[in-house]
Amino acid sequence: MAQSAEHVLDHLELFRGPEYQQMLAKKKVFENPRDHAEVERIKEWTKTAEYREKNFAREALAVNPAKACQPLGAVFASVGFEGTLPFVHGSQGCVAYYRSHLSRHFKEPSSCVSSSMTEDAAVFGGLNNMIDGLANSYNMYKPKMIAVSTTCMAEVIGDDLNAFIKTSKEKGSVPADFDVPFAHTPAFVGSHVTGYDNALKGILEHFWDGKAGTAPKLERKQNGAINIIGGFDGYTVGNLREIKRILALMGIQHTILADNSEVFDTPTDGEFRMYDGGTTLEDAANAVHSKATISMQQWCTEKTLPFVAEHGQDVVSFNYPVGLSATDDFIVALSGISGKEIPEQLARERGRLVDAIADSSAHIHGKKFAIYGDPDLCYGLAAFLLELGAEPTHVLSTNGNKAWHEKMQVLLASSPFGQGCQAYPGRDLWHMRSLLFTEPVDFLIGNTYGKYLERDTGTPLIRIGFPIFDRHHHHRSPLWGYQGGLNVLVKILDKIFDEIDKKTNVLGKTDYSFDIIR
Amino acid sequence: MSLATTQSIAEIRARNKELIEEVLKVYPEKTAKRRAKHLNVHQAGKSDCGVKSNIKSIPGVMTIRGCAYAGSKGVVWGPIKDMVHISHGPVGCGQYSWGSRRNYYVGTTGIDSFVTLQFTSDFQEKDIVFGGDKKLIKILDEIQELFPLNNGITIQSECPIGLIGDDIEAVSRAKSKEYGGKTIVPVRCEGFRGVSQSLGHHIANDAVRDWIFDQLESDAEPKFEPTPYDVAIIGDYNIGGDAWSSRILLEEMGLRVIAQWSGDGSLAELEATPKAKLNILHCYRSMNYISRHMEEKFGIPWCEYNFFGPSKIAESLRKIAGYFDDKIKEGAERVIEKYQPLVNAVIAKYRPRLQGKTVMLYVGGLRPRHVIGAYEDLGMEVIGTGYEFGHNDDYQRTAQHYVKDSTLIYDDVNGYEFERFVEKLQPDLVGSGIKEKYVFQKMGVPFRQMHSWDYSGPYHGYDGFAIFARDMDMAVNSPVWKKTKAPWKEASGPKLLAAE
Repeated sequence: MAQSAEHVLDHLELFRGPEYQQMLAKKKVFENPRDHAEVERIKEWTKTAEYREKNFAREALAVNPAKACQPLGAVFASVGFEGTLPFVHGSQGCVAYYRSHLSRHFKEPSSCVSSSMTEDAAVFGGLNNMIDGLANSYNMYKPKMIAVSTTCMAEVIGDDLNAFIKTSKEKGSVPADFDVPFAHTPAFVGSHVTGYDNALKGILEHFWDGKAGTAPKLERKQNGAINIIGGFDGYTVGNLREIKRILALMGIQHTILADNSEVFDTPTDGEFRMYDGGTTLEDAANAVHSKATISMQQWCTEKTLPFVAEHGQDVVSFNYPVGLSATDDFIVALSGISGKEIPEQLARERGRLVDAIADSSAHIHGKKFAIYGDPDLCYGLAAFLLELGAEPTHVLSTNGNKAWHEKMQVLLASSPFGQGCQAYPGRDLWHMRSLLFTEPVDFLIGNTYGKYLERDTGTPLIRIGFPIFDRHHHHRSPLWGYQGGLNVLVKILDKIFDEIDKKTNVLGKTDYSFDIIR
Repeated sequence: MSLATTQSIAEIRARNKELIEEVLKVYPEKTAKRRAKHLNVHQAGKSDCGVKSNIKSIPGVMTIRGCAYAGSKGVVWGPIKDMVHISHGPVGCGQYSWGSRRNYYVGTTGIDSFVTLQFTSDFQEKDIVFGGDKKLIKILDEIQELFPLNNGITIQSECPIGLIGDDIEAVSRAKSKEYGGKTIVPVRCEGFRGVSQSLGHHIANDAVRDWIFDQLESDAEPKFEPTPYDVAIIGDYNIGGDAWSSRILLEEMGLRVIAQWSGDGSLAELEATPKAKLNILHCYRSMNYISRHMEEKFGIPWCEYNFFGPSKIAESLRKIAGYFDDKIKEGAERVIEKYQPLVNAVIAKYRPRLQGKTVMLYVGGLRPRHVIGAYEDLGMEVIGTGYEFGHNDDYQRTAQHYVKDSTLIYDDVNGYEFERFVEKLQPDLVGSGIKEKYVFQKMGVPFRQMHSWDYSGPYHGYDGFAIFARDMDMAVNSPVWKKTKAPWKEASGPKLLAAE
């Protein structure tokens, strides 16, 4: 018996001992296992170019896709508004999933309600669920706003949110002037970034365009403020705080739309804050008067940004700006739009990032990377790697579209380090597995699920993306701004140095290169 | 520390009743009436806990429950390792349930085992409009080509499948025939069916019956020589290795485990189970259906057991041995004796640190009762418990065998109620799920996830009890909980505050 009270062994060690190993060997007999040689043969076959070709010929099956569904993004955007309770109309299991998913990434509570539709609602529609649900949520959780989105069930049966909310108000579920913006967010269209876009547009439309016909449309009186939209972002806590710091440094009047940086980073001090921070409803409404709106992620705001532009604002979008040039562009744009000077402190921060790159670039130069993730994140990281002299060999985005593909290829073609690099829209991580076998790279950048690729192909994983379930607290540090660029640089460098050490630490064999200075 | 320990049973009952009344005040009248039936205080001697269960959740209240798909794909089918499980419909369901349940298995992932892969038909608008059967046919072909060592395929329906009129049964039959009788199982576990995960368990059980058992050729040669001591473990999902730390005890007492349902399980094990002499059932809620079926159809008796904590383990080993001859009965005693020194050492080390600490639980369909004995072995007291998706038979078992007089009972509790209950009862530990974890930790309450073992485990068996004790101690006695208040801020009012 290996277990003891003095040194408790859990799953990490317990099953390695002879008793359990013998037990598992005996169990095999009942499993009707495949022949070992056959398993090895197929395993090797999956590494071949022939398999890659078959794999890329897939037309229907998705294996390990790197995307989630629309309502997740809608919930993420909704909690960025003051006192806002996301309400997802449809089956209740979906909401349990969004909440779990967000909690596992942020290590924070995630509050959201469902209208809990079941078979009878599938037949008769979910109006009663909406009427009862809004009344219950309003009474129990005292929100300032309830932001409604939909699961695929409600979309398939064609529930009409606008009419349902109107009826619910007539029935007294919530006061007539209570804010209930809505967005249809079918899971079978786009991905979580689409849901973010739809929900945000729904909220802005509500405040700016007359609250679904119940109030006059706002008349735009332009002021000097700038609106910022972060987009769906696993690093929202660190990133939005960094953006606010930069805006404050520059003295720019601003509104962060969907600012969920507080609600996903509340303190442990004896009080559970179901709502915290967020864009105030007043600011959300007044954002119509701003001079311009900047989207940090183009493909998270494909509908929202044109909507904002239609209201007379200048709009600018970025693709998850990471690193030197992208941050330069962002800062210059801020200055250009606001007419504010760029303070010396930002120039110094920039200089520090340049300094760090100069110190370390020898270790990154010429290294090949594979990247996967949301379309904007992929673009931003690829652009940074190019300016570090690294080669973003495979850039894969399951939720990247044709326009993303074209833009990525233009980026790759623009740099000598991008030659021979390829962007893959609509592909999944099983495609990536083939790529890593047939056209290997030095490092992989992706979310937690990349660890399966690391295990299978031996490509070291640098964790940047969403979700990150198996490392803690990284979402609190920014990837944006010059400071954020430094954070990304350090993440990459740490992995590079760890790998060099791993390859040189065999005593008496390779450890002549086990240098203490690198 | 707990308020409960200083009060009489009558006082506790009165306080709990009052607490329920207070919580109900927040609701609109109709909702209050409905929720009142799910909240109660257990009265000793009653046959159940006095609450309604397995009823639709109320819209908008923040129920903690999931859906039928979660019950079928996430719980019952997903862990069968050598089959490919397709999340059939839009991408989300498969994505959110990908690898998160810690169903441990041994195998070459992606080659002969597939538990931690996310296979989905990733429905697009055109699939909703024109139907998904053609896509499904193509998917089955692509799986056959790219994953040739799979031993079978299941189709786990997401909400749209049942709404758009797809005929996944016809597709399954046709493709099975085309592939020479390959096991292809369509499962109608659309998320809108039923009121929780529970119906998904039932539907998944029925799918095993209809698409595996009913396809078996009765005169087929057994793949192994039967013995009088063959048993199957039913309803253990091998979370963090639970089924392994259970199996080892059963084998040590002289039994032979021929199948695990479904953690680290395989299609061959499912198919072999009708040869078992006894089905031993851990998670009654999710697999009683198939156990009853095997009893009726194959004459296999089944018995429930509980491998949490030494008291219940010893009781269960003896109960299981009671179905066999003296050799096994002696084996059970030998196992109990062998592990007694470990049990003594664990209790000697941890009980003094945990004695008198109070616990509130809210878990799925089994653990709200099953883990109570393990806490009691450590001197802890469960003062409130409830099921996400239990039925009345679960509350009966709870009342008759587990909870103490005046325990607070909450069925299908929601965020609001649970926070208020914890705020008022001030337990030393809450055991529930990921959605609850951070809420209570913010309030300064030690917490352990009792679905995933908070990424620890196993908790089953004697080896698991040592880990359970260590984990509860590290939660309750972590120094961090003394630091939640800034020293310059005066502590006032209730210690734990729920959100307004």
